[in-house]
Amino acid sequence: MPTIDEYKPGASHFLMGNEAISRGALEAGVHFASAYPGTPSSEIIQRLSGAAKSLNLYAEWSTNEKVAAEGAAAAAFAGLRSLVAMKNAGLSVALDYLTHLAYTGLGDGEGAMVTAVCDDPDAHSSGDETDSRWLAKFACTPLVEPTTVQEAKDLVKWAFALSEEFKCNVMFRGYTRLCHASSTVEMGTLERIEKKAVSDNKCSVTPYLAKPNHAAVLEKLEQIRERFEASPFNVYQGPEELELLILCGGSGWLCAMEALEALDLTQKVGILRLGTLWPFPNRVVRERMETVKQVLVLEEVDPFIEMHLKELLADAHMEEKVVHGKGSKHIPAYGEIAPDRVIQALSGIFGLDYPGKGKDYQKAVSDASDELLVSRGLTWCAGCPHRASFWALGRAVKADGRNAYVTGDIGCYTLDVFPEGKGQMNLLHAMGSGCGLAAGFGQLGKFGYDQPVIAICGDSTFFHGTIPALVNAVYNRSNMIQIILDNSATAMTGFQAHPGTGFNAMGDPTTKVDVEALCRSIGCEVTVSDPFDIKGTVKAMRDLLHRDEGVRVLILRRACEIVRMKTEKNKLFNIAILEDKCKGEECGVCSSAFRCPALYQDSETGKTRLKEEMCSGCGVCTDICPFQAITREETAS
Amino acid sequence: MTWNRDPQNLIVCGIGGQGNILLSRMIGRILTGKGYRVNIGETFGAAQRGGSVYSSMRVSKTRDFGPLVPEGRAHLILSLEPLETLRMLQFYGNPEILTVTNIQPIYPVGVLSKRVEYPNLDKLIQAIRELSADTWVLNATQIAMDLSAPIVANIILLGALAASEALPISVEEVEEEIRASFPGSKVDLNLKALRAGFQWASRD
Repeated sequence: MPTIDEYKPGASHFLMGNEAISRGALEAGVHFASAYPGTPSSEIIQRLSGAAKSLNLYAEWSTNEKVAAEGAAAAAFAGLRSLVAMKNAGLSVALDYLTHLAYTGLGDGEGAMVTAVCDDPDAHSSGDETDSRWLAKFACTPLVEPTTVQEAKDLVKWAFALSEEFKCNVMFRGYTRLCHASSTVEMGTLERIEKKAVSDNKCSVTPYLAKPNHAAVLEKLEQIRERFEASPFNVYQGPEELELLILCGGSGWLCAMEALEALDLTQKVGILRLGTLWPFPNRVVRERMETVKQVLVLEEVDPFIEMHLKELLADAHMEEKVVHGKGSKHIPAYGEIAPDRVIQALSGIFGLDYPGKGKDYQKAVSDASDELLVSRGLTWCAGCPHRASFWALGRAVKADGRNAYVTGDIGCYTLDVFPEGKGQMNLLHAMGSGCGLAAGFGQLGKFGYDQPVIAICGDSTFFHGTIPALVNAVYNRSNMIQIILDNSATAMTGFQAHPGTGFNAMGDPTTKVDVEALCRSIGCEVTVSDPFDIKGTVKAMRDLLHRDEGVRVLILRRACEIVRMKTEKNKLFNIAILEDKCKGEECGVCSSAFRCPALYQDSETGKTRLKEEMCSGCGVCTDICPFQAITREETAS
Repeated sequence: MTWNRDPQNLIVCGIGGQGNILLSRMIGRILTGKGYRVNIGETFGAAQRGGSVYSSMRVSKTRDFGPLVPEGRAHLILSLEPLETLRMLQFYGNPEILTVTNIQPIYPVGVLSKRVEYPNLDKLIQAIRELSADTWVLNATQIAMDLSAPIVANIILLGALAASEALPISVEEVEEEIRASFPGSKVDLNLKALRAGFQWASRD
């Protein structure tokens, strides 16, 4: 399979949205790319790092989004072109830097910087569906958003040109139905600009003359607004005389086309799609609004375009125009824009009856679903070390008997709080916040708080956001335990390397940051255990709980099973179930309590059975079974 | 059923790890190579951990369609797991739909924890048949196990699809795609799986 740098100009290929973003950056001659992985943004840097060697560019997995943004800005200040990518939650981490960067711009050189932020409307793989577009406005940063995968590639390239011309960071907003959509894309020419990186040490660039800087930024944004008014990415399509205008951005456009065809409204309704969202292209929208009495706004997730439209209509004394959208409740103010939502909104506005599946079919499928359909909860893979870690935690907390309070973090272990998890983490918000919360609870003794406090994070999360919180806990003498589930990967987002793995994004060996030594150096007491050693891990947890003073760290180290299989390609053990010893359903510890997906209760024999094709051979079930009914034998290899 | 609609709307579904995303990408690449405009929407990330995973696919001769098939508007469901087949029929089914489904259940983790009970398989298949204009039920997992590789059940399904004429894809074109996109050591196994699926579907 060719990589994204190998496609020939003019050829059409089938690309994922994130691949198109990467290809657009290559066509713009990107030199430096950085990110912290996060769904749905991760493939952008993955693909660029894959092309790094052949095109002599630099790509890194940074420890968090703020550091990634700072690295990208450095490259831009040195006259290069840089891309930083992150998911919506990551933008909040990077924002402190990006707001200050906006006040200075990128210096006087020829550098350019694009910040690709990938939102997750519907929160398919996120803790929230926050809309990053507001933060572009908040951070005085121009904002663009594509409507198709092809446009994603082309708009990234355009954003680089805009950034270089106006010497400012440009925000490119992606979203799940773009980033994780795949489509036919026509390739452009790869640009390679050989440049010597250099920075100007004769001047001081800083936002700390804030007032004049702010005024200058606002003036620059007005110039950018003028550029946006003439942008080829703001396109009207439809009749010249129309009954309704659809004003949309992002995935709204393709959904609108679909809905108009489904309802046979293409002769009555036109679509104005906006690719440049902030500063808002007032004139483009106003001129179109003058030709029509009513408008439907389609966008994900908040009413961002809608509020700017309403502001524009008020300023232009065009209050008689009717605005349908989130404010009017024609479109819900949450979730993604799907074709059916638009069909429903248009059916309501035009008083149409959309047949959908047909009443008889709808009834038949509803009846069958009610009778037969069951949910499919998410769970850890067979052989996942987290299942064993949480099993041990449950035992230790129960034995301790003091209602230990557990704060969690973001990673595969977050599945603990999903319906099929073990529900042991009591409070869970954002990357690194498990430790910050625990450090706070650990200070509450003087208010009568007498529960032990345990924070849980993964190895990549530890580097991302836990370290400052852990230093805070030590410095302020909090009473807490930090458990680090070290599975040697950023597993949830696709097994990316991180500082503890010994490899960088481009696959080169690098210094392996020693989590254990790092924790010890800041003054933590550190214990290390293998989560597959259930007894040893429970004992280690109980010992740490018993000590009840200071910051104690427990590292549970065992590679992610998927990562292990990729390198070792063998099962550790062959597992067998001794039917004469198995108590089956009346016991149920291995299946209904431990919930390994490779074990199930056979309704005919009433005994536990092994699903050979699912079993990874980790052997933990042998230690879980209270009746020694599961045996393990080391495999030959 | 033959290729006669524009856009042709497909749902490819299964559970995380079964390789249905790979399947939809292969179909996408083959059809893009033949000059079609193909758009696929998928969600993955948290969903890959044992959850339902599906791709929604649009194929057109003329233009880009949005990645999401409107409700009740799929022409074909290609499924690696029967419960997921019904789940997709619930959203995308209609009286004209063709359903190609693997029969081998994968139990949700809720079955282990006894929160839910997997439906009776005969009833499930019967419901799928009643909700489809035409239904092909095959045990792709068993055919794959016979090749000593449960992982290739997805390619067996692709073989059946190539025989169905529901998409303008020939078995030779899929063979070419397998040779182009799989690592050398995996090509033979996947070609065998493809032919096994094709033969199953071409039986009398």
